[in-house]
Amino acid sequence: MLKSNRDPGYRFLYPKQYRQGELPMIRKLCLITLGLLGTSVAHADWALNMTKGVTELSAETYDLHMLIFYVCCAIAVVVFGIMIFSLVQHRKSKGAVAATFSHNTTAEVIWTAIPVVILILMAVPSAETMVRLEDSRDPDLTVVITGYQWKWHYAYQGKDVEFYSTLARESNDARGKDSGIDVFSVDNYLLDVDRPLVVPRGAKVRLLITSNDVVHAWWVPKLAIKKDAVPGYLNEAWFRAEESGVYRGQCAELCGKDHGYMPIVVKVVEPEEFLAFVASEHDEKARVASAN
Amino acid sequence: MSSTTHSAEHHDDHGPAKGIKRWLFTTNHKDIGTLYLIFSLTMFFIGGSMALVIRSELMMPGLQFVHPEFFNQMTTMHALIMVFGAVMPAFVGLANWMIPMMIGGPDMALPRMNNWSFWILPIAFGILLSTLFMNGGAPAGGWTMYPPLVLQTGNAFPFLVFSVHLMGISSIMGAINIIVTIMNMRAPGMSLLKMPMFVWTWLITAYLLIAVMPVLAGAVTMLLTDQFFGTSFFLAAGGGDPVMFQHIFWFFGHPEVYIMILPAFGVVSEIIPTFARKPLFGHDSMVYAASSIAFLSFIVWAHHMFTVGMPLTGQLFFMFSTMLIAVPTGVKVFNWMATMWKGSMSFETPMLFSLAFLFLFTIGGFSGLMLAIAPADVQYHDTYFVVAHFHYVLVPGSVFGIMAAAYYWLPKWTGVMYDEKLGKIHFWASAIFVNLTFFPMHFLGLAGMPRRIPDYSTQFADFNMMASIGAIGFGLSQLLFVYIIIKAARGNGVKATAEVWDNPRGLEWTVPSPAPYHTFENPPTIKE
Repeated sequence: MLKSNRDPGYRFLYPKQYRQGELPMIRKLCLITLGLLGTSVAHADWALNMTKGVTELSAETYDLHMLIFYVCCAIAVVVFGIMIFSLVQHRKSKGAVAATFSHNTTAEVIWTAIPVVILILMAVPSAETMVRLEDSRDPDLTVVITGYQWKWHYAYQGKDVEFYSTLARESNDARGKDSGIDVFSVDNYLLDVDRPLVVPRGAKVRLLITSNDVVHAWWVPKLAIKKDAVPGYLNEAWFRAEESGVYRGQCAELCGKDHGYMPIVVKVVEPEEFLAFVASEHDEKARVASAN
Repeated sequence: MSSTTHSAEHHDDHGPAKGIKRWLFTTNHKDIGTLYLIFSLTMFFIGGSMALVIRSELMMPGLQFVHPEFFNQMTTMHALIMVFGAVMPAFVGLANWMIPMMIGGPDMALPRMNNWSFWILPIAFGILLSTLFMNGGAPAGGWTMYPPLVLQTGNAFPFLVFSVHLMGISSIMGAINIIVTIMNMRAPGMSLLKMPMFVWTWLITAYLLIAVMPVLAGAVTMLLTDQFFGTSFFLAAGGGDPVMFQHIFWFFGHPEVYIMILPAFGVVSEIIPTFARKPLFGHDSMVYAASSIAFLSFIVWAHHMFTVGMPLTGQLFFMFSTMLIAVPTGVKVFNWMATMWKGSMSFETPMLFSLAFLFLFTIGGFSGLMLAIAPADVQYHDTYFVVAHFHYVLVPGSVFGIMAAAYYWLPKWTGVMYDEKLGKIHFWASAIFVNLTFFPMHFLGLAGMPRRIPDYSTQFADFNMMASIGAIGFGLSQLLFVYIIIKAARGNGVKATAEVWDNPRGLEWTVPSPAPYHTFENPPTIKE
């Protein structure tokens, strides 16, 4: 059998554009002729950097991240620049004669003081963001999240809606060692669940996070939330999603053998859609109750 | 700087015993140093092969080789073995070999305890490695041993606790020995501030060890009683607190980080002046910087726990204190930079490793600074960004420091020069592959890949493939290191002079190469 272009063994060998389903024309034609071009599969974008996310705070977090990154880059240019200059100029093979100095108070004061100033400049915006991250007052909606080995439970407070959310069937079928399923053919492999957490766009959603067994961590990068789910603790986090869409994340604290298999999916919908979701949950509950 | 009145008289009865007894019963600091170093190298390869199991599995998405349970055992054991079995014993080995010679003392102050503190280690790691063959497998809850997860460990659990106890006992005894040696065995005239930087950083490290190893021992003992004696220190259902373990663990764990890097600072501070042919810049400020780092390491622990749900004020305190560490660390880097400045540099293997240390440790420092920013850490925490960060400070940091030391002092230990050409090949292979392994991990973490997962979503495939290729390359390069060491240890090479290098500073270069079994039976005179 011929190997498909999604065969993992070949992926590293081709540049990125060959692999994201955007094959160059000639190649595409060849593959179509050969009947090898598979159906397009949903993957998250290949990324180098942190996401900007879809909340005000995730954007702030991103900005802080870029700020400190650029500060580091600037320091790196200066420090590495001086070192490399020194390595090139002050080498024995070029006939350099060693100086004998071993102290310079002025220099030492300067390179102690400058980092202090940079750190203070970094600390102020970081502290401001930190304060906002922790301000979960006056939410529009509260969801209690409970971590289990190895799934999540969501309970909407005051809405009488609750359910478990586990790894999607397609991923679960493909994940075994001898599944025989090419994981590249699975939509959102390991990042999809059977029932996503549905929340309304624009609402301040407060999360109360705990665990029923071991420590887990609820993490959705696009919402800039990562909070440990600790048994005996009720941790708070909050977000206000500005854009509707589907946002994926994973458990971020080692929680046993299936730690890698308890993803998180948050579906942000328009407020009216959210009301419809709650209503349909109630209907379903009534239907199940009457069937019993 | 100094001269020695090395005793010419012979003490035949003081020579090493023959055969295995020499090593079992030795109280000689050089023999014990050698034992530590060999043990560390062995553990480096055992822990390294576990890393290769991890990287092979992560080479491609989907499970190819191991099951998730075994994968978790590998990550846990890799960390425990590398931290307690490879890096720490290597530095204790270097301390044993070099500190008495550097301060002009005849041996370690407590030679019998020295023997014991080494021989506990093979027992501790024998116990730890035996768990791989037990019902339920080796510990798989991460080297951080967070409860309640660690309490789900199978038969391995008590063995894990006891092996950690033994490692702690060994470390504490080693540290006591080093402190007593430095405080009491210095040659007349060697005041504290005249001590070489390696001795200084080890003195500070030894105090850190004594301060925090008992804390770890206490934490794991509480785990043990929670598991077997009905206590609920960390069990929420019994009124205990799982987060308290994390606080206690990181109160040990953060100073532990500096325990693994400070001696490397010392090594680099010895090597750079030698090959720049210029005295170390700011010796005293280096001492103060290392002491400040050690002090700060006690008040930053909860930056490992920014997502655990601490009060805002707690988070702010730990963010600010963590950022402060950048200041003394910066001072050290700038001092090394100034040592090189206007020197007359040559680039033998120890210098190459030290320079790579300087560049790559600084990169690890930068990602450390980024991690200190608490709101950003929320996104970085427990991702491959953290894995990239601590491997940058531990592999091209601590491990390159150890390798630099090995090349620097190997001629003193063996009496012959190591193979410089092979050494350089080893360096370049290591330096290239270490970056290929760990640099892509920054991107993986930022793109959202959590650590400690055996399988991942397909968009992470490319960088994982790069990292795995790098890891295999790095692992294979280390075989060359072993070959070079064995070659030199067998006396195969150009005979080394007493000085070995071009006019190096330090008492160790005043004794012949190889260093006689007993050195400085009569203390040298420190001039200046």
